[in-house]
Amino acid sequence: MINRDTIQQAGCHQEIVKLDGVSFSFDSQVIMSDVSFKIMERDFVGLIGSNGAGKTTLLRMIVGLNRPQKGSISLFGKPAAQFKDWNQIGYVPQRNHFNPLFPATVREVVLSGLYGRNKMFRRLSKEDVSRSEDALGALKIQDLGDKRIGALSGGQQQRVFLARALINNPKLLILDEPLSGIDVETQQSFFHMIKHMHQRHNITFLMVSHDMDMVRSYLGQEPKEQSGKLSFYVRHSHDLEDCDGTDLLHSLRKEG
Amino acid sequence: MDILTAEFFQRALIGGALIAVTAPLMGLFLVLRRLAMIGDTLAHVSIAGVALGFLIHIYPVAVGLVFAILASFAIEVLRRAYRTYAELSIAIIMSGGIALASLLFTMGKSFKMNVTSYLFGSIYTLNQTDIWVIAGVTIIVLTTVLIHKKELFLLTFDEEAAAVSGLPVKYFNIMLSILTALVISASIKIVGALLVSALLTIPAAIGLTLSRSFKQAVILVVLVGEAAVLAGLWIAGVWNLAPGGTIVLLLIGILIVSITTTRIMRA
Repeated sequence: MINRDTIQQAGCHQEIVKLDGVSFSFDSQVIMSDVSFKIMERDFVGLIGSNGAGKTTLLRMIVGLNRPQKGSISLFGKPAAQFKDWNQIGYVPQRNHFNPLFPATVREVVLSGLYGRNKMFRRLSKEDVSRSEDALGALKIQDLGDKRIGALSGGQQQRVFLARALINNPKLLILDEPLSGIDVETQQSFFHMIKHMHQRHNITFLMVSHDMDMVRSYLGQEPKEQSGKLSFYVRHSHDLEDCDGTDLLHSLRKEG
Repeated sequence: MDILTAEFFQRALIGGALIAVTAPLMGLFLVLRRLAMIGDTLAHVSIAGVALGFLIHIYPVAVGLVFAILASFAIEVLRRAYRTYAELSIAIIMSGGIALASLLFTMGKSFKMNVTSYLFGSIYTLNQTDIWVIAGVTIIVLTTVLIHKKELFLLTFDEEAAAVSGLPVKYFNIMLSILTALVISASIKIVGALLVSALLTIPAAIGLTLSRSFKQAVILVVLVGEAAVLAGLWIAGVWNLAPGGTIVLLLIGILIVSITTTRIMRA
């Protein structure tokens, strides 16, 4: 008998991110040296490290904002420099990045998740607008659509940025310290929500955090790999039997 | 009121009305990206260009524009060198511009250059060429912003997210710098180099306090700009006041009123 699991592993679990001997230094200070790691499809990777361990630098390199000085990075099997399908990657930046007085409604921010290279010189379609409504609904913030983003609480803002990242139905979701600066209760419900997404949907997670307890509770006590001051905690999800892509926003909405 | 029907005053109104659209619009992008002082800097450097234009007998506004564009690139370069101290690059280029302008002014003393008209504006001396230049700048700025409104929003709101979604952030930054330089060199004759930044930043400051959405902010800054410029020109014309100063003081008046009303409404 053929093992069904192995077939599935080979058939639909592709390499999402591959770091190969990546080094980076800032001026003369070495931030990381020779980091190698693979993120497979449907993995939930928790990236843990103290301040200055290079967590954010690593994320910035993966999303193409910094280049490694040595080593290589590939995304979805392609060298990062040639990677073009940026809409497959959803990115939730650190929340303290944005200016709280910025005049923008929640709806405008969520829609901006669609403003990538392939939408340049194009107007927004009706479908785009309905996708943004789906994204708002999936994160249960449809009532906040017309509010100014700066007027929301930290936890609500975090949902807005998550909705923006999800609007493209990404394969890889990158979250930079999503739990910082929000109260414990909101942290828990937010983490619960992304765990749920990982279990039920075809999406791979890379989350930077310094909250050991919450990460360990889901990803296990021991890191799968350690490199310098960085630890990679990994949990793979098998729960999803069906490898075909589904529209995340629609299914999230149906689950209510 | 003969002045209101005079040809020079009509030209002033047309030029003012056009600049009142583009200057607040570019200013909104600058303020939101925390580059509010860039307008002031480019204006001062552009004055050096104007002075050079007088010296070598080339259309001064054009030389001013070239200087402003060069300065905006220099600011970008310095901004990268002093990453966390972006305002440092602005201060350096601004003082450099003033220094160069003062040198060129003294060199050009024998040509009887009208310095004050560029420092404080001389909207009544706009000629036909100036109007065409301003109209051209307005068309360029409005079409570019209209074509790229989505991308400019994302770039302004979250430059990193823009880069992650694959937008050519570098080109957009250069584009914004050039558009700003265009608007500033075209506005100098209207409000003067010393006051240009008011026309860029004060409408944006009002927009920030009153608008909930980006769309609202865009509409509001343009409306405020138009109201202040047209009313300012009219008041200045009737009572024979300095037009540039009147416009700026009106803007500050609107700002004070908008801040106090939002305070009262919230309380």
